[in-house]
Amino acid sequence: MTNTLNFENWTCPLPLRDQPNIILGHGGGGKLSSDLVKHLFLPAFRNEVLESLGDAAVFTLNGARVAMSTDSFVVRPLFFPGGNIGDLAVNGTVNDLSMSGARPVYISAGFILEEGLPLEMLGYIVSSMAAAAKIAGVQLITGDTKVVDKGHGDGVYINTTGLGLIPKGVDIGPKKAQPGDVVLVSGTIGDHGMAIMSVREGLGFETADNNTPLQSDTAALNGLVTDMLAACPNIHVLRDPTRGGVASSLNEIAHSSQVGILLEESKIPVNPAVRSACELLGMDPIFVANEGKLLAIVPPGCEEAVLSAMHRHPLGARATTIGQVISQHPGLLLVRTGLGGTRVVAMQIGEQLPRIC
Amino acid sequence: MKYLDEFRDPALAEKLLQEIRQTATRKWVMMEVCGGQTHSIIRNGIDQLLPDTIELIHGPGCPVCVTPLEVIDQALAIATRPEVIFCSFGDMLRVPGSEKDLFRVKSEGADVRIVYSPLDALKIARENPDREVVFFGIGFETTAPANGMAVFQALQQGLKNFSMLVSHALVPPAIEAILQSPTNRVQAFLAAGHVCSVMGYWQYIPLAEKYRVPIVVTGFEPLDILEGIRRAVQQLEAGRHDVENAYPRAVQLKGNQPAQKMLAEVFAVRDMKWRGIGVIPQSGWELRETYRDFDAAARFRVGDIHTQESPLCRSGEVLQGLIKPNECAAFGKECSPQTPLGATMVSSEGACAAYFQYGRFLTLDKIQVQ
Repeated sequence: MTNTLNFENWTCPLPLRDQPNIILGHGGGGKLSSDLVKHLFLPAFRNEVLESLGDAAVFTLNGARVAMSTDSFVVRPLFFPGGNIGDLAVNGTVNDLSMSGARPVYISAGFILEEGLPLEMLGYIVSSMAAAAKIAGVQLITGDTKVVDKGHGDGVYINTTGLGLIPKGVDIGPKKAQPGDVVLVSGTIGDHGMAIMSVREGLGFETADNNTPLQSDTAALNGLVTDMLAACPNIHVLRDPTRGGVASSLNEIAHSSQVGILLEESKIPVNPAVRSACELLGMDPIFVANEGKLLAIVPPGCEEAVLSAMHRHPLGARATTIGQVISQHPGLLLVRTGLGGTRVVAMQIGEQLPRIC
Repeated sequence: MKYLDEFRDPALAEKLLQEIRQTATRKWVMMEVCGGQTHSIIRNGIDQLLPDTIELIHGPGCPVCVTPLEVIDQALAIATRPEVIFCSFGDMLRVPGSEKDLFRVKSEGADVRIVYSPLDALKIARENPDREVVFFGIGFETTAPANGMAVFQALQQGLKNFSMLVSHALVPPAIEAILQSPTNRVQAFLAAGHVCSVMGYWQYIPLAEKYRVPIVVTGFEPLDILEGIRRAVQQLEAGRHDVENAYPRAVQLKGNQPAQKMLAEVFAVRDMKWRGIGVIPQSGWELRETYRDFDAAARFRVGDIHTQESPLCRSGEVLQGLIKPNECAAFGKECSPQTPLGATMVSSEGACAAYFQYGRFLTLDKIQVQ
């Protein structure tokens, strides 16, 4: 019987790509998300501004360069260590604008509320939003409220739009990475995603030093970006690596700019608790979401000036260089491992899943 | 991280690599049995650091990949039932059955939940007495003790609404089947450390003797893997064929005996079909008679779902470069990206799908399939 066994031709079954329905992975920031944008939304709405596919749309209005972005927040649970859906919504919107180099000015908020939501909870979320807006220096100037039947929402969903102005001389975009540029990160990666996972799944990861729960890093990055641009107006690319993490953001940049990106794994800062949690679940921090970190791709001459500007800002205290842009392997993200080998880090199909082994 | 960083030290890795380079005087082919080891090898770039004299063949020890197609189809049939809460480890949700995966049935309304332990599924069963809770109990000897414990506890607690779809595979019979295969090229094995931590490694001693093949019990961190390779090369060069334990911090000769007792209590050995490979005698576990009430396949009468992998599909030969995709009789007829017969047509990166999308008469090197 064993003679008929097939050990030579054995391969792993590959995941399905052609899903006839929306599955959760379409919102995971990986290939399924990008397929949806490329094959459904882009052809339907195609125009020059949309085609750049940045975190924010950038256009000229009456001579002013304007950045506009929209985002929806469906985080579960609504409250998590380090923040809640309210400050997350403001910070996320501010950050999307900041990544085009814009100074965020106005935001809007649409609330989709589930019947039965305690008013006290909504009040707390709204006051967190107000506080976050104050810190970021933006004003919430319009909004909308809808209520859905009980069971048709997770308490609160928030949709936002943000508007910002891009200063003269700033030209940042996903297509601008060039071979020779260096890749910077503003601090430890993976904190937000693992903090959410820790409370959502009841895993309760704690930090080793003082047994406090793992905290989300949610924060508005516009102040940090302003300082960085003051140090070097010629920053090529900025990106806040939210869902899909550092790996998805850099894959997108490598693809848009048609360059290779080579990271040094040992230089990527990861909070020890995040690293342990990822080890435990068989996940890679490079794919885990951040909500208060940015990636910057800057010309080599600017590296030191930008880094020292970042170090002077509280949100960039642990900023460091993690890699470089190369001319080889256009469109690919490569990682040099701690041992000195290299591997290609492709985008995930959907969201990252805990491994069985 | 303690107990991890020590086993990822670049300087020590380089030392081991040097020794491997110096020891290997000719080409040797070895297999790392476990998918976890394969993952670590690729993730750390070990395959690129090894000299050309060492060829690693990736073994069939990936529980997600070897779970038979028909068991996935059974899982999908059970998960679709309205009374069922179907619990699974996360990475099984993406594994395709013959038409769908668990993500798709979830999007169609099935209650599919990711859990981190079978005991979580027990808890869900206790909290939802009016629902049927099914756990997808797959994996090797490593995940089996916890699955066995869940069924054991379900019986103890008289939980009537819990059951398990069991597809447990065993490593030593698979190694023996590989050694008996007429096309076998494997000259040494890196045995799966975590499997051995449960089962011990005494089973490998007669195998090494009978087939005159070195077997080194190997861990998962970079230094563990390099040490396993180093020891295998040393044996091969010296003409020895011993069983060695290169993972003593986790593995003992007799393994974890309380766990084995639990396994013997709950599971009985049976023949098992491995996806993409075939039936290997006595290579799987099923629930014993005492625990049959917890067998989800029987409870939901899906045992008669017997999906065959398509005999038309020649993806194996495509992957080996023996035929071009368009030389397969099913190409573009029975087999297309919408109705794939094999993995190479499923993924948009697969050779057959690339052929289908980018022209049927181009050669592979022009398409630059990755």
